Amino acid sequence: MQTAPQVVRRTWPGWAGWLLVLVLFVTFWKLGRPLMPWAFDYPRGWEIPAASRTTKATKWLLNDATFGLFTFAEFTRFIADLIDIPYRIALSILSTGFLRGSGSAAVQLVPPASWLAAIIVGGLIGLHAGGRRLGLLVAACLGFVALFGQWQSAMVTLASIVVAVPMGVAGGMGLGILAYRVPLFERAIRPVLDLMQTIPVFAYLVPILILFGFGPTAAVVATLIYAMPPMTRVTHLALTRVPHELTDLGRMVGCNSRQMMWQVMVPSAKASLMVGVNQVIMLSLNMVIIASMIGAGGLGFDVLAALRRLDFGSGLEAGLAIVALAVVLDRVSQAYASRRPGTDPAPGANLVARHPYLTAATATLVLAMLGGLVLPGLQSYPEALEISTGTFGNRVVQWINVNYFDTLEAIKNTLLLNLLIPFKRFLLDLPWLGVVALLGYSGWRLGGVRLAVLAAVLAFLIAATGQWEKAMITLYLCGIATGIAMLIGVPIGILAAEHERLWGPVQVVIDTLQTLPSFVYLMPAVMLFRVGDFTALIAVVAYAVAPAVRYTVLGLKGVDPRLIEAGRAMGCTNRQVLTRIKLKLALPEILLGINQTVMFALSMLVITALVGTRDLGQEVYIALTKADPGRGLIAGLAVAFIAIIADRMIHAGARAARARLGLEATR
Amino acid sequence: MTSLPDAKLVCRDVWKVFGPHAVETLKRLGPNPASEDFTAAGLVPAVRAVNLSVRESEIFVIMGLSGSGKSTLVRCMSRLVQPTAGEILFSGEDLLRASEAEMTMIRRHKMGMVFQHFALLPHLSVLDNVAFPLQIQGMPRAEREARAAKMVALVGLDGREQAFPRQLSGGQQQRIGIARSLAVEPELWFLDEPFSALDPLIRREMQDEFIRLQSVLKKTIVFITHDFDEAIRLADRIAIMKDGEIVQQGTPEEIVLSPATDYVREFTRAVTKAKVLRVTGVMRPPSGVEPTGTIPSRATMAEAAPAFLDGAKVLRVVDEDGVTLGHLHRSDVVDILLGG
Repeated sequence: MQTAPQVVRRTWPGWAGWLLVLVLFVTFWKLGRPLMPWAFDYPRGWEIPAASRTTKATKWLLNDATFGLFTFAEFTRFIADLIDIPYRIALSILSTGFLRGSGSAAVQLVPPASWLAAIIVGGLIGLHAGGRRLGLLVAACLGFVALFGQWQSAMVTLASIVVAVPMGVAGGMGLGILAYRVPLFERAIRPVLDLMQTIPVFAYLVPILILFGFGPTAAVVATLIYAMPPMTRVTHLALTRVPHELTDLGRMVGCNSRQMMWQVMVPSAKASLMVGVNQVIMLSLNMVIIASMIGAGGLGFDVLAALRRLDFGSGLEAGLAIVALAVVLDRVSQAYASRRPGTDPAPGANLVARHPYLTAATATLVLAMLGGLVLPGLQSYPEALEISTGTFGNRVVQWINVNYFDTLEAIKNTLLLNLLIPFKRFLLDLPWLGVVALLGYSGWRLGGVRLAVLAAVLAFLIAATGQWEKAMITLYLCGIATGIAMLIGVPIGILAAEHERLWGPVQVVIDTLQTLPSFVYLMPAVMLFRVGDFTALIAVVAYAVAPAVRYTVLGLKGVDPRLIEAGRAMGCTNRQVLTRIKLKLALPEILLGINQTVMFALSMLVITALVGTRDLGQEVYIALTKADPGRGLIAGLAVAFIAIIADRMIHAGARAARARLGLEATR
Repeated sequence: MTSLPDAKLVCRDVWKVFGPHAVETLKRLGPNPASEDFTAAGLVPAVRAVNLSVRESEIFVIMGLSGSGKSTLVRCMSRLVQPTAGEILFSGEDLLRASEAEMTMIRRHKMGMVFQHFALLPHLSVLDNVAFPLQIQGMPRAEREARAAKMVALVGLDGREQAFPRQLSGGQQQRIGIARSLAVEPELWFLDEPFSALDPLIRREMQDEFIRLQSVLKKTIVFITHDFDEAIRLADRIAIMKDGEIVQQGTPEEIVLSPATDYVREFTRAVTKAKVLRVTGVMRPPSGVEPTGTIPSRATMAEAAPAFLDGAKVLRVVDEDGVTLGHLHRSDVVDILLGG
């Protein structure tokens, strides 16, 4: 299906359009202020009162909305109660034990799982999933949590995850299957998923708080909203990618649609689906930590409390416990994802031989429970054995601050004065109308009319809801953070891609960085640089550097080896191969890396509001503390809009680059 | 030729056209549309006016290069792909009139299919894979596993029942695919390029295995391949496809000796005629002294040649029951061998 090459008659070279538009933009920016002041500062009178209306709508939902038989509020509370049942059970087993009565009068009927038994069972799960090394790793991580006295909090966090993950997986898979079966539904749900993934989590914490009440249940609901979209996407993708031969086979042997789905498609797509499960688990952990703000409790609450007290030592310990938990959850779920059939013992035999792991785990739990009645130290970790590095950590920070205060301050101030503040001023000075027009033009050049309209309208909406200034501050932090992350990430990526031996350790580091809940990044930054934009910047860069490295490596390694061979045959030096062939062909992939870096940076930025930035994130955070759903949602939407504009533009750019390099047909 | 008495599967004027409003457009274009008409309507014809009939217990090979529409055609025969127009008669019944539920029952009980890339389910053991079609039918476990075990033994893989597909070589995996497709004891057996993904040596071995199986099973077979040598080797009859149309059909001898078009001649050029021609094609009526040496009637000239090495001038051509069909003269064989 080849079409004859079209003769493009263009009297202007491609860059001339850009140049003209830029000149127009700068002229307008420098000279336009006296003529059209409204184009620089969006007039208050024109603002759309979106925030207050949303707040009113939420209040109406809460107080007046009714389905006839019951009110909306009753409905949400009913869901909350429904979710509460499995949560209570999980919490009882892991942390509190089964109680009768309430408050201080409660009597413990059955004690919770003993810490030692939990560690052993965790080890057994690791052993089952990935062999002896993983078993030891899991036991070590859990032991670490117990040793540092974080056991109780960790189990509270784990209880939320244990409840949220199955619901997220089941819900996400259900939606994914529905989307696969009904293409119309897929088209309808895709923008919703986009929005769910780009709106910062804080933004929907408030409405959830109002609708579902304060507490762990609301946290589970928030976790579901946050963790479900990737599962839906992965499910849809995995099902579409099942080889045609297998679906043909299913039809040939006469499967009905249920047999086709559950006996052919889902089992064949299992490996990809498990990747989705892993994502749900990791996102759930991330969210459960953040949701401590609406009463999830557990490790997240400990970190948050420590941040508020500026007690770095204990915050760091809780943070490390989160890391340990993250490592366990990630490695175990990954091991299960890559586990293949054929390693199970042969059927036949008796119960014990058929389910050695299950029997061992049950035996451990029962023994430990009985033992716990005699030896209390077996039941709950004895406090005398706990180690606290809290004071030690504080002293280290103190020592650094005493000895290196000037150095750190100098670095911080230099960057602030020479980079951060000038860039911030520059962005704040730009006319909103000009920026909207410029975005529209870029959208048109990169992706056509639809992208132009999308970019311009979304940007205009940010201005029209009176958030231009805050959005520019967000953009400035995000822009600089992305820039720095790319400056660090791309060279590391190039080095790692060129040296196989380096790639191993680098991969471990970025994998770990990506599994850590975003909260954790704040601790060390705050310790050294206290609160402010610079601290936020450090945390954002640390969080966003991983995708920059990963995509650079992916891009470079993905270059067709035949082209490299051809380059060498033509006598290119290593350096020429890298700069002339590899980097050029890896450009689209690196662009996608920038995209991911921007997305990561934006999601982290909202969290850095905790350390006192003045951007949209702060707006969301303030809304959270004031329980003002409208304000939070509108600011959250603005962040989502920025993310969507950046995402669509970069994707369009990457697609254009791929087409130009002949890696993909132009559409 | 579409109304042979022992025809198991008949295709009458079957069309498959991809694109929007294909059925209406095809009707509008009349009986003999040109390629340009389709391009103008934004349609892609994959199968065009195919007429063929597959007889009971024969191996019918559809041979064509990639993009010739052979895979689409075989999927039309089982209605995995819905034909745009035409009739497909299976034991005299038009499959295109069957409801989806009836079609499911026909596929479950009367059809089996082997796939190019094996299409084994990765999460099931060899035995469970073979038993899978029976499981879908709702057969009880013990019964279906017994039948599956028999099928695994039939393809020579007994002992590997508990292995998983990824632990087997390509050839072994395709044996499982064959065992699975035979588990339902189908009346009609589709093989879609079953050996194309295998190494040449293994391919040869699998072809021999296939011939052995068919001599026992006597199934009605539709076999798809892009390999002309494979087609010659296995087929009772061959249909050659190009651009969705059948350009010639006939026995391997007919095709090699009198190719219908230049396109077919290109394929036959490299074929040694002695490897295609069967002895029945050149034998003469029995006359004179009854020779002592015999040769089976299925043998090709190339296979018959060594029998003359001990000095015999004439051989007796016998069928499976030992009945003399004719005499094969040394001079005729030498002529063919030298003529290439």
